[in-house]
Amino acid sequence: MTRLQPSRLAAGGTLIDRSRPLRFRFNGTEYEGHPGDTLASALIANGVRLVGRSFKYHRPRGIVSAGAEEPNAVVQLDGEDDEPNVRATTLPLREGLSARSVNCWPNVDFDLAAIIDRLSPLLPAGFYYKTFMGWPGGWSFYGPLVRRMAGLGIAPRRPDPRACEKRFHHCDVLVAGAGPAGLQAALATARGGARVMIADDGPAPGGMLLDGAAEIGGRPGAEWAAGVAAELDSLPNVVRLDRATVAGYYDHNLLTVVESAPRQPWIDERLWKVRARRVVLATGAAERPLVFADNDRPGVMLASAALACVCRYAVRPGARAVAVTNNNSTYRTVLELVEAGIEVPMLADVRARPPETLVAELAARGVELLRGHAVTGVAGVRAVKAARVAPPDRPAGGRRVACDLVLCSGGWSPRIHLHSQSGARPAYDSDHACFVPGDSVQAECSAGACNGAFGLRAALEQGWRAGTEACAALGFVPPAASVPSCADDLPLDVEPCWEIPSPRPRAKAFVDLANDVTAEDIRIAEQEGFRSVEHVKRYTTAGMGTDQGKLGNVNAIGILSEALSQAPGAVGTTSYRPPYTPVSFGVIAGKERGELVLPARRTALTGRIEEAGAVMFEAGAGYRRPSCFPRDGESEAEAIAREALACRTAAGMYDGSPLGKFELHGPDVAAFLNRVYANRWDDLAVGRGRFGWMLREDGRLLDDGITFRLGEDHWWTFAGTGAAGHVHRHLERLLQLVWPELKVYLTAVTSQWTNVCVCGPKARVVLEGAGAGASLAPDAFPFMAMREMTVAGIPARVARAGYTGELSFEVNVPARHGVRLWEALTEAGEPFGLTPVGSEASMVMRCEKGFVSAGFEGDGIVNPFDAGCGWAVDMDKGDFIGRRSLVRDRNVGGVRPNVVGLLPEDPSFVPPDGTPLVEAGAPADAPPVIGYVSQGCHSPNVGRAIALAVLDDGRRRIDGRIEIAGIGRRAPALVTRPCFVDPGGSRMRG
Amino acid sequence: MLVIPCPHCGPRNEDEFVCWSEVVPRPADPAALSDLEWTDYVYNHANPRGWVREQWWHEHGCRRWIIVERNTLTHEVARTEPAPR
Ligand SMILES: [Zn+2]
Repeated sequence: MTRLQPSRLAAGGTLIDRSRPLRFRFNGTEYEGHPGDTLASALIANGVRLVGRSFKYHRPRGIVSAGAEEPNAVVQLDGEDDEPNVRATTLPLREGLSARSVNCWPNVDFDLAAIIDRLSPLLPAGFYYKTFMGWPGGWSFYGPLVRRMAGLGIAPRRPDPRACEKRFHHCDVLVAGAGPAGLQAALATARGGARVMIADDGPAPGGMLLDGAAEIGGRPGAEWAAGVAAELDSLPNVVRLDRATVAGYYDHNLLTVVESAPRQPWIDERLWKVRARRVVLATGAAERPLVFADNDRPGVMLASAALACVCRYAVRPGARAVAVTNNNSTYRTVLELVEAGIEVPMLADVRARPPETLVAELAARGVELLRGHAVTGVAGVRAVKAARVAPPDRPAGGRRVACDLVLCSGGWSPRIHLHSQSGARPAYDSDHACFVPGDSVQAECSAGACNGAFGLRAALEQGWRAGTEACAALGFVPPAASVPSCADDLPLDVEPCWEIPSPRPRAKAFVDLANDVTAEDIRIAEQEGFRSVEHVKRYTTAGMGTDQGKLGNVNAIGILSEALSQAPGAVGTTSYRPPYTPVSFGVIAGKERGELVLPARRTALTGRIEEAGAVMFEAGAGYRRPSCFPRDGESEAEAIAREALACRTAAGMYDGSPLGKFELHGPDVAAFLNRVYANRWDDLAVGRGRFGWMLREDGRLLDDGITFRLGEDHWWTFAGTGAAGHVHRHLERLLQLVWPELKVYLTAVTSQWTNVCVCGPKARVVLEGAGAGASLAPDAFPFMAMREMTVAGIPARVARAGYTGELSFEVNVPARHGVRLWEALTEAGEPFGLTPVGSEASMVMRCEKGFVSAGFEGDGIVNPFDAGCGWAVDMDKGDFIGRRSLVRDRNVGGVRPNVVGLLPEDPSFVPPDGTPLVEAGAPADAPPVIGYVSQGCHSPNVGRAIALAVLDDGRRRIDGRIEIAGIGRRAPALVTRPCFVDPGGSRMRG
Repeated sequence: MLVIPCPHCGPRNEDEFVCWSEVVPRPADPAALSDLEWTDYVYNHANPRGWVREQWWHEHGCRRWIIVERNTLTHEVARTEPAPR
């Protein structure tokens, strides 16, 4: 059912296109609006006043503002949009939009939880914490229940369907805000030749000029703004963005701009990361509400918001309005509303002596002025029915005036958010009763209303000055002065009015509408000893709602300052943190979603491995690697066991290309290796390799791996896949910063080489079958040697090394030949039962052999002696990285953790990694932990469960018993040497 | 995000770099130090509130190690130097 738009004015509305209707739904009812409307303006056009329920007390709420400040009209989008907590005042209306109120059940008109409002004397500031912390179960139990009642919207259940992107941008000057000051600043800098970006969150340039009759250069202000925008758009050095919020101001003039409607139709939202040499903030000011009894009733609205409704959207938020103010700005607003056909019988001004010129203008239009009066309360629950207008010192006196709209203005708060985010401290301006920018910390300045200059002329002048000063600072020639003419500014003459006394003691006067914080809550916090504004904020939650205190913060500070008998400037503001308005996760992620979160690294063989049916996983350093290669009908566990068995009985083959590889050249490489590995290198013969522990300066394992000497001054080092980056950084740091005198060139060649390891008793015949260009016989090519030869006709560096404890050949070929090598080996291995092997089987085999692994046994505590690798440490060769810490370990003595093996008594029990170990027969309750399982697995070669462990004094416990203290289970186990297969190592040496 | 003026590459975003630690020269003869002096070198850095000289690696740029003088409080970067040769 489509209704008419009863509150749409017959004419006007600079932003809407009346020729086209748009249908939308709100709380299940279908309505009609126009392109250019916001959801809020379209609701007002249809006479909808009740838009939501409040956060804590579930009080009925209506639309308060016309922009990003909105605390009440926060809605849930349904259907395709599926988005919570969207501000209706900034959401562009579109065909088919469907939204509903949050914070109410079963519906906004009848909300069961509204009973809380009746109980509210029992719910003062800090109530939840005070009450539930002391109850059995504490906050952790009641918190979720309370939070569900206070829930705000529903998190989306589906991935964000929109197309978002990020863009980096560099400019000389970024101007935030395209009101009169911002446009002038952009014009001055652009004419001076600077690269300029100007962004405004509104749908069109102009800012406040869109909302009034102000003239510039003899024509309507909005027309002037459009003209300036057109000039800016014509210049090649300007990027001008509409509907783009400057959301964050970070270090070194990095700002984020969220563009919600890019010109490219295929992009829904864009996040700009802008590095600007200078920033001009021209973000304007936001009108403050007044704090009085029941000031949250639907129909109580900012005066400026009502004006925006009329001017931008030609909608009438009420038929008969009472206005209340403490400053001059409201007089012109009232007159324009009267002009638009809204009846305004009365303006209450808390000041005793408003300027006579304004008084006369008001009288001429028949608006009654009550000096020294305020609105002290309103009647009506779901909609305002009347206002009480009385002197603040006699709040119950005065008059009751029937109305359906109360327009209020408590002064103006400059939008100093970005200035504060930049690291600067705002200052208090007692003349204008507001916080203004303080001294700049970064290269930024503020101009216009956000700088506390509330007049149009001041904005035009300050904007131009900010622009020319930016030009001068950056070395551009400032253009000739160009400040258009306009009427003289009227002073604001604001009289601070933080709270209007209430006629009823229990009435609620709201400071923060988003979080339902009242003036009384602030006072309670002060009485309970909270004096710092930051503490009062956290205790009362004032300023922590969806609007982040945009409307209420300054009033809260004012009320606190009165309670503390301090000036507001002494109380100070809380910190403003980015973002200015909520930013969607979708645009923060941009294109980095799904597979693109972390682009997978692939080796030359990844495609072949996938084709072979491997189960792939994300391994270290971003590689996609095979975990195993299940055959038809085989489970993963069966495949892992088969692969591990094949390597010890026939032959296996795996892609070792992700291993880190570094070539070292130079006369000092041997000396360098002596200093970075725990063992000795200068005596290594050409053509041979050696295993080494690379330690950190604290004596702990950084990485272990094999290094070969290819020539007198030419070496090749392998590093673990996950550690390769750290090793690279470590070695370069030592070469560049610690020992720059060493003549060593280090080159990372990881991705240049394909590395295929063929292992198992049949490895030699497989390689010979593929065509080896040199003898593979044990005496010609011994263990830990490297030979340059051809394999399958491909030039290769072949090493007798591996990670399985079997006879192994690592064949390294230039990556472009990798696939050829893999195919040749696969074909040659077929008669010998060669099987491709995944990472899981490799881990089983390293566990069987007890090869220490960084991240498992190399846990940041275990040193090489603890790990049983003392043979790989030469304490007598001179200093090396980590040596002094090993000496210290020895000096300190005490119980050291050792790497050991475990055989669980139950041969089928595979203990999970990390399971604690306790003494056999230790008490059930909190026994001392004496170690942990570093890796357990089912070993097909041993035929039972085995594990490696790090155990206090472990070597002395060998052949003894301990208990594996799993969750809900104690499993006795035998402590063994950390090697379950071929302890003598004859297979790999054979 | 800071801008680090790499002496080799010019001004670059912080996320191209790795920050390592304060500049603390490695003792010439670690064996000559007491256990306490050695652990002090390995574990205890000044971590000042204010200016600090640090080692940074331009990993996603020239891969050179540089010295950066940075204010931990204001995030100013006063100057950078190439590794001493
Ligand atoms: Zn660089």
